[in-house]
Amino acid sequence: MTEFSKNQDKEWIKQRFIGVSVCILFVFALLFLRLVYLQIIKGEEYRLLSEKNAVRLKSIQSSRGLIFDRNQKLLVDNRPSFNLKIVLEDAGDVKETVEKLAQFIQEPYQELMDYIAQAKNGAIYDPITLKKDISRDQLAIVEAHKFDLPGILIDIEPTRYYIYKKTAAHLLGYLGQINSKELKTGKYPNVRSGDSIGRYGIEKQFEGYLQGKRGGRQIEVDASGRTIKVLKTVEPVAGFDLNLTLDLDLQQAAEKLLEDRDGAVVAMDPNNGDILVMVSHPSFDQNDFIGGISQEKWAELISDPGKPMINKTIQAEYPPASTYKIITTLAALEENCININTTAYCPGFLEYGNRTYRCWNKYGHGNVNVTEGLSQSCDVFYYQAGIKAGVDKLAKYAMGCGLGKVTGILLENEKDGLIPTSAWKKKRYKESWQGGETLSVAIGQGYNLVTPLQMAVLIAAVGNGGTLYRPRIVKTIKDGSGLVIKKNESEITGGLPASKETLDIVRNGLLKVVQDERGTAKRIRLKDVEIAGKTGTAQVYNLKKEDKRGAEAKEVKYSLRDHAWFVCYAPAKNPVIAISVMVEHGEHGSSAAAPIAAALIAQYIQEPANKKVLPE
Amino acid sequence: MFDRRLIKHFDWGLVALIFIIGMIGLGILYSALTAGNETGAVHVLFKKQMVWMGAGFMVMIIILMIDFRDLDKINLFVYSLCIGLLISVIVFGQIGGGSRRWLLIGFIRIQPSELMKIALIISLASVYSTCISETGLNFRKLIKPAVLCLIPFGLIVDQPDLGTGLLLLLIAGSITLFVKLERKVLYILSGICLAAVPLLWSGLKSYQKSRILTFLDPDRDPLGAGYHIIQSKIAIGSGMLAGKGFLKGTQNALSFLPEHHTDFIISVLAEEWGLMGCSILLLLYFIVLLWGLNIAYNCRNMFGSILAFGITAMIFWEIFINIGMVMGLMPVVGVPLPLISYGGSSVITNMVGFGILLNISMRNFSSNKNYIRP
Repeated sequence: MTEFSKNQDKEWIKQRFIGVSVCILFVFALLFLRLVYLQIIKGEEYRLLSEKNAVRLKSIQSSRGLIFDRNQKLLVDNRPSFNLKIVLEDAGDVKETVEKLAQFIQEPYQELMDYIAQAKNGAIYDPITLKKDISRDQLAIVEAHKFDLPGILIDIEPTRYYIYKKTAAHLLGYLGQINSKELKTGKYPNVRSGDSIGRYGIEKQFEGYLQGKRGGRQIEVDASGRTIKVLKTVEPVAGFDLNLTLDLDLQQAAEKLLEDRDGAVVAMDPNNGDILVMVSHPSFDQNDFIGGISQEKWAELISDPGKPMINKTIQAEYPPASTYKIITTLAALEENCININTTAYCPGFLEYGNRTYRCWNKYGHGNVNVTEGLSQSCDVFYYQAGIKAGVDKLAKYAMGCGLGKVTGILLENEKDGLIPTSAWKKKRYKESWQGGETLSVAIGQGYNLVTPLQMAVLIAAVGNGGTLYRPRIVKTIKDGSGLVIKKNESEITGGLPASKETLDIVRNGLLKVVQDERGTAKRIRLKDVEIAGKTGTAQVYNLKKEDKRGAEAKEVKYSLRDHAWFVCYAPAKNPVIAISVMVEHGEHGSSAAAPIAAALIAQYIQEPANKKVLPE
Repeated sequence: MFDRRLIKHFDWGLVALIFIIGMIGLGILYSALTAGNETGAVHVLFKKQMVWMGAGFMVMIIILMIDFRDLDKINLFVYSLCIGLLISVIVFGQIGGGSRRWLLIGFIRIQPSELMKIALIISLASVYSTCISETGLNFRKLIKPAVLCLIPFGLIVDQPDLGTGLLLLLIAGSITLFVKLERKVLYILSGICLAAVPLLWSGLKSYQKSRILTFLDPDRDPLGAGYHIIQSKIAIGSGMLAGKGFLKGTQNALSFLPEHHTDFIISVLAEEWGLMGCSILLLLYFIVLLWGLNIAYNCRNMFGSILAFGITAMIFWEIFINIGMVMGLMPVVGVPLPLISYGGSSVITNMVGFGILLNISMRNFSSNKNYIRP
């Protein structure tokens, strides 16, 4: 390294230092001049703006994506709502202003003040919402007294509107105001305090697509907060629209058919897993949730014994009852416990261990083979098949058929159901499996639990030749101009663990359930289309059969009555629809559940568009 | 052995300047954090900043203990250490505001990209001090500095922190221009830089592009940066000649201003103290910069001279970019104002910088055998 005497001695270095100093001087002069320009030349103007706090940001809500059914019928819309707000900074005497306002619009003064108190931690120039969706009369009177109400402003903002009250409420879901905790998670970068987000159903699951992006305006306001001029605008971006797989007409028909009974109906396209119908009764009016549901209404919903807030198609678990005989048949055939020629003699009961296990038909079915066992739902035949197969083999096939785990539908809180095994019982109850319990399981009455959607997926797979589909609810996601943003392809999750021969035997048995003179659902037979299905009657409470059969049935307490199942597909050869119906306390699958399915099939098949639907 | 001459030559003037600016900074910060706060309690960030300032002074004193000429010897070590920290940011770093910039050491959160500025200045001073000449540098001599500069630049831009990355390039560029390039090299490099602009542009993240576009056309983002700039201009302009008075700034009090205690802090000064207050601060900064140049000019050791120049350049660019941005002369980039903005890493880095300046200044007495290098 060279040590050198002094920089001063070298002329060129000296010049560089002078050059740098001049540069710095120049830059500082520039900064100074800029200050002079801002503070002296423009100072007066800026001082005025700052005193009025005149330049503000006003947020513009984006309009939420619309939701259509499979035939482009609008299900969920937005409508304009007039929202009353206050800017404290401009209101002068807040109490006086709010008092006047309360008189004009005839709302309780205290309630309005409460909203202000709640929003106190915001900045004082941020508008606080006093009342959403005011009436035309209220709007008129506020507009007329605009100048007596400093700081009060009316914003027109889009509000969610569910066109068909209570229809598919559980599937579509509803909105609720975001809370401060959720805001802090940072999951909702576009959402501000006071905004609504999806709280249930599709509205929640597809929030990211539906939401859109807020816009805003830079505005100059006068001393009482009224806009003098708009300086700049950023238009909001509307959320994406959803096209569901749902068939509105069929959905409404199903809701009507259930009438005031509690329960669930799911209809699927067996060739791709599209959900055509998803009914859970009782339902609720989603419009009640907009702008916050009232305390009374919420209490009413929560205390309703019919549990309207539960989506029974995926969140309620029921014993599958005789519909489970489909699984027992599959397992017994595949494990060679029985074959097409195996018969069992049914005298109306079976002695096993020290107990007598009854068939539902106390007079007995006589000699039955597998087809008759299925079509007549002979319990004795399945007791014997179940004993041969054993509980763990039954469980293996049940799980292979998609039971005991979620179907993977894009909705929240789907339940797994329950498929018992001997190991499960050991773990859960610390007891060994009893042989008699296998008998109950074989006819779907033991610990087994399924959801109506699981049964729909299962029966669809039986109908389509063995393919398990993941239920699909949203077909396409489009932007406002109709451009497809995302297409949800149908998704295969597995196949039934059964050979074609086994499936053919099962399908033949299911066909006979409806088409045979001795079938349990023969009364729902349709003229021009063959239905294949299975009835089920799930015991809610183990009454002695004699006590509740026959004429006395009506006198059994409602809450102790059996649940009625019916699962089916149609047409039997090349099905275009698969249905699972659960009527709570409907008593008999054949009389309470099956007619609903038949009516839906009749309506669906008759629609010219669906006649042409062929397997993909 | 402590040389008594070190005390004698101690640069009290610069210390006084730093102290005055630091006190002004605390005053503005106090106002920025207290205004609009009805409880009147001293803000926790204000206390934190005091702690940082204290820590900064300690670090400055530690830096004074080391002879700056020793930095020449350990320059590669310091440089590699900082690169190591930058890499560990990529691996273990904490994410904040969409980028990964911070490293948690114990309970202290540091921003290695800040320290990198100092390390790079030391390394460049070390390289250039061996090859400076009146004819200027040729391309071959520029290879090593270019490599030294581009490695940290890449790592920082990757975080992504474009502001600090560009600041690094500006500092390195200033030093390089200062040590003089061959005329031919200068022209070609300028050409390359111009040609690289489109290339660099295509490599930018969309939010970075939009910031630059917003600067060129504030109407592009009227709800974000455009709004910040408007509010910042209103705050500054409304201060007029004499200001609204301490703690009386309304723009600030109503939290119209985002980041008013960090990057936008000078608008608080401008609003409350007006043109007079701002002019005093600008003047103080101007004196600090000339003081730095003077130290560089008077240093008898080429390494020390370039080092002092580099530190001065760093402070200059921070001041210029920050104030320019707040007054709407530059795009919105997150560069803190030296000694004034809230922030631990910024305080420490600047104190290290000033420590080095003081160090060079006080060890610049006439040649003594002990200090002559072969």
